[in-house]
Amino acid sequence: MTAYDVALELDCRELPCPMPVIELARHLGDVEVGELLAVVARDPAAAVDVPAWCRMKEQDFVGADAADDGVARYVVRRLG
Amino acid sequence: MTAPPARSADLDSASSAPLHPAAREVLLAALDRGYADPRRLHRAGREARLLLDNAREATADALGVRPDEVTFTPSGTHAVHLGLLGLLRGSRRGSRVVDSPVEHSAVRHAVAWGADGGTEVRVDRSGRVDAAGLVEGARSADVALVALQTANHEVGTLQPVDGLQLPDDVPLFTDACASMGRLPLPDGWAAAAGSAHKWGGPAGVGVLLVRKRARWRNPFPGDDRVDERSTGFENVPAVLAAAASLQAVVAERDEVGTRQHGLVDVVRRRVAAEVPDVEVVGDPDRRLPHLVTFSCLYVDGEALVTELDRRGFGIASGSACTASTLTPSHVLEAMGVLTHGNVRLSLQRDATRAEVDAFCDALRGVVAEIRSRVGL
Repeated sequence: MTAYDVALELDCRELPCPMPVIELARHLGDVEVGELLAVVARDPAAAVDVPAWCRMKEQDFVGADAADDGVARYVVRRLG
Repeated sequence: MTAPPARSADLDSASSAPLHPAAREVLLAALDRGYADPRRLHRAGREARLLLDNAREATADALGVRPDEVTFTPSGTHAVHLGLLGLLRGSRRGSRVVDSPVEHSAVRHAVAWGADGGTEVRVDRSGRVDAAGLVEGARSADVALVALQTANHEVGTLQPVDGLQLPDDVPLFTDACASMGRLPLPDGWAAAAGSAHKWGGPAGVGVLLVRKRARWRNPFPGDDRVDERSTGFENVPAVLAAAASLQAVVAERDEVGTRQHGLVDVVRRRVAAEVPDVEVVGDPDRRLPHLVTFSCLYVDGEALVTELDRRGFGIASGSACTASTLTPSHVLEAMGVLTHGNVRLSLQRDATRAEVDAFCDALRGVVAEIRSRVGL
């Protein structure tokens, strides 16, 4: 179940690595600083690569939950 | 288009190194001299036995162990399986294994197959295991052994095998496949494994080392060979060539290792400085001399391997899209570093500054080109 109230959710369920992270980068500017942005992805690499992206790009990895259909969802807070 | 380099550069010695020149002559001579069954008492059999004994002594000498601690196996993987599972079978304590989450898949498969569960101790961002956590885990009464690699095969980080203060009756298995020949063996292990094709010996030769006083029991059906720990007909020519290569590699490692260490420093520095949004991983200093790994944001690992190959550079990748399982490298995952756009570069013994400079020159353009495909 979703645990976070996000401003924008990206559906990357069917996208292979590294597309979920690319989509995250493309849409970071679509939320305000301080807001949450989520990416929903089946790609197993996303579980590692979303937190790693946050560290490299100085954003805040908030955590992971699940979308309504049970697919993993990774939540990021825009810091800048 | 960039012109291809004058010769293609295989920068993947950690997957397999070409036959060392010292091994080639020995192999060719031994193919004729060492074909017979070394257990037979006739002239040809005695000749094969002599070569096998020579190989064992040369290997022991190169590694600083006793000849009767050396067993040749049909692969490094088999040496890992025999070493780990033999200590497991010899244990009087329990049947669980404490290890790191960055062990080679050969270790992980052996644990999954033979142990009654295991505990993986955390590694830090550089891939180095928490030594205190390993020791703490080993104190549990149901733990049979600890398994820890000498160095990580994907990122090069050296592990603190020396000086682990394990309980007296908990032996250490060390997978030395990534470092054998290149670096001296650490102390403190009861069994160790190596793989000849990684040091310029022929494929199909592994080395199992079992300390004289270790409690090791054969975990598989036995055989009636010269060495009671081995099974199957010995490949005497290949074993002798592997030993010759190991001797040569050990003799030249001060020069080769120093040169490679410096060249890897160049790659680490240039990649970090010249490629935007890249993460160079693994310990920068306490590492294998010949190996470096980095990951490029927004880059498809398979495209990176393919495009670099087109320009003449052969590299490995731990990215999910390059794996048969389509899962990312468990090593990079455990370290918490970026898994996509991953490159593992490992130098051959004759690597030059011109070669690594040509690679770095090509890399920047390749990464930019792949990123431009997705508009980044």
